[in-house]
Amino acid sequence: MATVSVPAEGARGGLLRRPTATTGFWSWITTVDHKRIGILYGITAFAFFLIGGIEALFIRLQLAQPNGKILSASTYNEFFTMHGVTMIFLVVMPLSAAFFNYFIPLQIGARDVAFPRLNAFTYWAFLAGGLFIYSGFFLGGAPNGGWFGYAPLSTVEPGNNMLFYALGLLMTGIASTASAMNLAVTIINMRAPGMTMFRMPVFMWMALVVQLLLAFALPIITVGLFQMLFDRRFGTHFFDPAAGGDPVLWQHMFWLFGHPEVYILVLPAMGIVSEVLPVFARKPLFGYQFVVFSGIAIGFIGFGVWAHHMFAVGLGPVANTAFGISTMIIAVPTGVKIFNWMGTLWKGDIRFTTPMLFAVAFIGQFVVGGLSGVTHAVVPADYQQTDTYYIVAHFHYVLFGGAIFGLFSGVYYWWPKVFGRMLDERIGKLNFWLMVIGFNLTFGPMHILGLQGMPRRIQTYPPTLGLGVWNLVATIGAFIIATSVLIFLLNAIASFRRPRDAAADPWDARTLEWSVSSPPPAYNFEEIPVVHSLDELWHRKYAETEGGIVVPVPAGGAGTDPAHGPGSAGPEGHGAGGHAIHLPGPSYFPVVAALGLPLIGYGVIFHMWMAVAGAIVLLVGVYGWAIEPTSE
Amino acid sequence: MPLRRVSRTLLGAVGLIALVVLAAACAPNATQDTLKPAGPYAEKIDNLFRPVFWIATAVFVVVEGLLLYLAVRYRHRKGRREIPPQVHGNQRLEIAWTIVPAILLVGVAIPTVSGIYALAARPSGQVLDVNVIGHQWWWEFDYPGLDVNTANVLHIPVGQPVYLSLCAAGAGYEEQPAPHGCLEEATNVGDSVIHSFWVPRLGGKQDVVPGRTNHLVLEADRPGTYTGQCAEFCGLSHADMRLKVIAQPRDEFDAWVLAQQADAPTPAGGSLAATGLEVFNGQCIACHAVQGNPQAVNIGGPNLTHLMSRDCFAGCIFDMTRANLASWLKDPSAVKGGVPGGASMPDYNLTDEEIRALVAYLMTLK
Repeated sequence: MATVSVPAEGARGGLLRRPTATTGFWSWITTVDHKRIGILYGITAFAFFLIGGIEALFIRLQLAQPNGKILSASTYNEFFTMHGVTMIFLVVMPLSAAFFNYFIPLQIGARDVAFPRLNAFTYWAFLAGGLFIYSGFFLGGAPNGGWFGYAPLSTVEPGNNMLFYALGLLMTGIASTASAMNLAVTIINMRAPGMTMFRMPVFMWMALVVQLLLAFALPIITVGLFQMLFDRRFGTHFFDPAAGGDPVLWQHMFWLFGHPEVYILVLPAMGIVSEVLPVFARKPLFGYQFVVFSGIAIGFIGFGVWAHHMFAVGLGPVANTAFGISTMIIAVPTGVKIFNWMGTLWKGDIRFTTPMLFAVAFIGQFVVGGLSGVTHAVVPADYQQTDTYYIVAHFHYVLFGGAIFGLFSGVYYWWPKVFGRMLDERIGKLNFWLMVIGFNLTFGPMHILGLQGMPRRIQTYPPTLGLGVWNLVATIGAFIIATSVLIFLLNAIASFRRPRDAAADPWDARTLEWSVSSPPPAYNFEEIPVVHSLDELWHRKYAETEGGIVVPVPAGGAGTDPAHGPGSAGPEGHGAGGHAIHLPGPSYFPVVAALGLPLIGYGVIFHMWMAVAGAIVLLVGVYGWAIEPTSE
Repeated sequence: MPLRRVSRTLLGAVGLIALVVLAAACAPNATQDTLKPAGPYAEKIDNLFRPVFWIATAVFVVVEGLLLYLAVRYRHRKGRREIPPQVHGNQRLEIAWTIVPAILLVGVAIPTVSGIYALAARPSGQVLDVNVIGHQWWWEFDYPGLDVNTANVLHIPVGQPVYLSLCAAGAGYEEQPAPHGCLEEATNVGDSVIHSFWVPRLGGKQDVVPGRTNHLVLEADRPGTYTGQCAEFCGLSHADMRLKVIAQPRDEFDAWVLAQQADAPTPAGGSLAATGLEVFNGQCIACHAVQGNPQAVNIGGPNLTHLMSRDCFAGCIFDMTRANLASWLKDPSAVKGGVPGGASMPDYNLTDEEIRALVAYLMTLK
């Protein structure tokens, strides 16, 4: 617990001295500031987004016409596998983690997360895992068995490809598990005085649900990945039917993780949208409690629908019936959320800024993904749809049209807070419209392709199937998406070429992070705020008359200045400028400990002595971490 | 005016989707179109999908229409300064939009459940049994009781349900040539992987899982050729694991069975085909069986007794022509997958002369 740490009594020197750099390269390597870690997560995830996008473009080029010759079958299999692995584990999860890291303390009125060094470790472990998986491309072959890694294909195919998958995902899994614990503890224990659970912003609720989903879902995939690793490397037979194992076991383990994972990917975006819509409609979120409870319900039911990924496996009519029905049930809380978002727009004063456009498009596109999802729950129909492009269309409407659009909404919404600079609205709108058009052009036709009988994961198709036209349209759409992403990149770069221009509260927003400067000071809040209501900041700015008319609280009046008004608790801050606020000290050891993980991984693949070296590095990191002085 | 653009784009999107649905209905030679069922089992699925599709479309139109309306109606107007009333929710509405979708879903669930059970049962009455064995990357079809074993092209009689038993086989299976071994003994599957058998116009798909025997019922209600392919990613040449179903009137099917039961002839001595047979017996018998050739009994690869009666080979990706056979024998992986290992059949470095003779022999396997 280190929001405000006691200054070290006579800081010890020598080897264990804590780093002191506050700017420059080493300050980023050793940082434990949740805001800087959030930025690191965000930039890394975006870099992987570009790489995964390039893989997608190659896939689309290969499939643009029948008998494509751009990629060989083996390269194609690596690319589609890595596209999925990248977008799920290295883009959407860490991009959500970026927002969680940055905004959980700011939205609950805390100065950092519960375990700042653990937080740093999770970032470096995630980065190590991501780079480890990608290093397969240079060390004999990247993963090529699909992101779903079905055994026995993943355990019997020659090559180390799927070892990079199993080991790399174990590393990112360690990162996500540790992060889940850290952030859940932060939300539960470190809320500012007065911020009861039901005064938390919905984004905090969704963050909490996601951390709990991670905490329960990741152990399952971890066990599965170890089994895969042991089958491949150490001669076990978990998935080998010839020795009494069962390939379907992997599918159960994978999807028992994999379906909650879908909600791990999309709930953060739902949380973001639930923040953005009220701000730009200038109304509170419609049915706050219902949105929160439906989010919890989705998280809970999400553990009971996994076998809908396996309707064609042959589990029998009883299992297929049960999972078909549970899948239909989960549509209900999802629908509740959608209607509440629309209720938020109702009678609002909607300002269509770029973040709002992305949020509204999220609703529209997520509805399509939800409806196609209901058609999969009609089990016999899924016998036709599963493993076709209809499914590819469905989950891209959920994960791209949903999650990525929601995350882009968050990027445009919070960019001024994080970097102190506004993104250009005109370029932003161009970015938005190109992405909407490109997205629907790419993935809309895939519904048709799937129904016309195009299976997934095929690197080529004959002209006789009549699939060429829509595939070409999809490829054109993909390049429009790529253009829109480049435009975003230009917008981001351009914002740094201008001086800082973002006010503390440029959107007239409702939550606490907008009560501090943009970007926030290292200590976040000079004085820990005291919270009196949901949408705390809004209530400091506005009052309602008895007739329901909203009037601004006069400037200079009581409670207008969030940092100094009566809404601040005295004891923790010590004077202006935060000079006496002690923050957790930076540390070398999280990055050292994380460095041990890929070494162990390479050791398992190549030479065991490397694993021993990696274990030593890991231990040095962990022990150094434990015994270094608390602060300078 | 971004708002007008919002509405125009969304309307455009709706129009596009409508267009797309229309185009899907009249796509030309879509031989794997799930929306064109050609038998009662595919039709059962189609009859479930269509009403659900229209319900979903109706919900889509209502919800997107409402979203569009709200976006346009409540957009910010220039000069507006007052802040909208801070409405926090409405319990009745919440209950309504929880219950209405739930009722719709109950309506969808009932036919779904009855459909699941209807498709899972073995049909009563006259049923043709076929064992389907998924290999990397081709299909073996075995007709138990009829003594017919073929590959990649499945013949079925029109109007009779075909009860498929599906299993997977791999490298270990080759070493123990028990006929249809993996069906009788689920553990004898070698290094097999999961496939999925799918002929969209005749039925849904069913995974082919090592160590398990799954079942699927197909039926064609009119003669024709229906294509299908492996739908579960199964490695390098997953895309090249295709098949054809030829549905024939009863008498034609019976004639086909009779022809398939015959032994292959031995080519006349001194002919090119006879030289080809020598090459065949030198290399190919490691994996390929030919009834009537006492040396060719192994079954790791497709049974070639009546190779020429099939109009495609190698996972049904090549038409059965002399030229295609020659280029296949020259280097199988070069033409399938394009990378080493793309075909399970090894490259035996046959000379052009040997290939010519071998093809001549294969052409006698009618």
